Amino acid sequence: MRKLRIVKDKTARVIMLGFAIFTILFLAVIGLSLFFKALPIMREKNLWVLLTSSSWRPFRGDFGFLPFIVSTLYVSLIAIIIALPFSVLTSIYLNSYASKRIRRFFEPVVDLLSGIPPVIYGVWGTLAIVPLISNKIAPRFVEFSTGYTVLAGGIVLAVMIIPLLISIMVEVFRSIPVVMTDASLSLGATKWQTVKKVILRKSFPGIIAATVLALSRAFGETMAVLMVCGNIPLIPKSFFDACYPLPALIANNYGEMLSMPSYESALMFAAFLLFIIVVLFNGASRFTLNQIEKRYQLS
Amino acid sequence: MKQLEEKIFRIIMIGAALIILGVLIYIVGTIFFKGLPSLTWDMITKVPGGGFYLGKEGGVLNAIVGSVYIIFGALTISLVISVPLVMYINFYLPGTSMFSNIVRFCLDILYGVPSIVYGAFGFALMVYLGIRASLMGGIIVVAMLIMPIMMRSFDEVARLLSRDLPDALLSLGATRYEMVKVILKQLMPGLITAVLLAIGRGIGDAATVLFTAGYTDNIPTSLSQPAASLPLSIFFQLGSPVEEVQNRAYASAIILTMIILILSFSARYFSSKFLKTRI
Repeated sequence: MRKLRIVKDKTARVIMLGFAIFTILFLAVIGLSLFFKALPIMREKNLWVLLTSSSWRPFRGDFGFLPFIVSTLYVSLIAIIIALPFSVLTSIYLNSYASKRIRRFFEPVVDLLSGIPPVIYGVWGTLAIVPLISNKIAPRFVEFSTGYTVLAGGIVLAVMIIPLLISIMVEVFRSIPVVMTDASLSLGATKWQTVKKVILRKSFPGIIAATVLALSRAFGETMAVLMVCGNIPLIPKSFFDACYPLPALIANNYGEMLSMPSYESALMFAAFLLFIIVVLFNGASRFTLNQIEKRYQLS
Repeated sequence: MKQLEEKIFRIIMIGAALIILGVLIYIVGTIFFKGLPSLTWDMITKVPGGGFYLGKEGGVLNAIVGSVYIIFGALTISLVISVPLVMYINFYLPGTSMFSNIVRFCLDILYGVPSIVYGAFGFALMVYLGIRASLMGGIIVVAMLIMPIMMRSFDEVARLLSRDLPDALLSLGATRYEMVKVILKQLMPGLITAVLLAIGRGIGDAATVLFTAGYTDNIPTSLSQPAASLPLSIFFQLGSPVEEVQNRAYASAIILTMIILILSFSARYFSSKFLKTRI
């Protein structure tokens, strides 16, 4: 009887260790299988040509990813530029100004924003943002725009990454020792001066890490962006042109293109590219954030 | 001067927070405003009829049931893996274990991998294994997507647990396996929160099921049949040129939004319960 308990414990330990190792290996498995799937196209074409050519004619064997890469960067940067000020200001407000009641009230708001599915954001984008751009904003700058544009993608994406930014930044601000802000306040600084000179300066690495994390989320966002950004494989010249980010490219074409091996491989190359960038960005920012958390636990 | 600056920035900050709140209300409001007129009882109790995609009778029951099947399958797989894993890195290994931190780091990265990449990887895997777009495929890929979410949020809760309970159990002569069984009871509200969060993410994601689960107007009766899902049903209906069908897409969006709202609030309820009963 006594032995059985020990055996159970030992078996459980081995199985659990197996799961843990599996989890670590899983990341490598995804990366490697995408890489091998993408290998044929990388052999066939020069990597440099794939990344810098802007000619996308799959049926003639031209696979230039530049329009998609530029579109992804363009949309994501707009999203960050819009989302960052709102998120920083709101997080500071929630951290240093708001009463407990307001903070309580705001938690579910952020939760809900991060819980709303991409497809719903897409529906909202087509109903609210696209007409707004084509009827109100675009006519002031260009002659005609359908509304399905870089800007629409950027705005929708901005709303989607705001909850992520806020939840990380609130954590980062919270990790600043109270002693520091108290010292600043007791020297006669106003709250805003304390925020500016102590909190923002001290949490600068954290804000950067949060931004990088949000950027990598933005790179990979598929459905919502696909629904509002037009999907034309040309390099967008302005805010009011359609664009075609990498995830949308995969979503629109993958699954049907198994008949053309080089096309399939090209789409896998897109997935691999996305994977590598996201893993690097995520790894770097998570590492920084863990470092910050550790410092907080020590103090 | 500095008082003026203080006041100005306070107003800007409140403004930013209010705008974010406003956007949330705007999103939910837009969906409800557009969808409510088309939301009928038929929408949630009938599968698409013959002329559904031309604006005739039928509903999206196929998509609702498909989504539920997919998410419950995925949930079962990920629970079986997540719970032991989180218990292992928190209570089997010592608190300062390097290995636990490596696992956590990998989970963080897996959490950040875009759903479209899981979709593409899952589809490649299915081709390799010879599985066609089916309920099975959808379940596997959604499980991949929600597993890191569940593990990460359950891990957060497990880390908050005071070390006294495990220490007391061990000192009474329990094996670690017996200890974990007791701890799990204590952590139950936290696990429920993690599960609800994972359901919310899994049920709303379209990019994972796009290639892997397929789409059908019928309710699947076996794992090898294709299954419809709610987000894809919204997406496809929205792409239709017929106005009635588009309106139904908005109505379907209400259904999905309602599911998410309910999940989100229940998750919040259970996590506050955990914090209250924490010892």
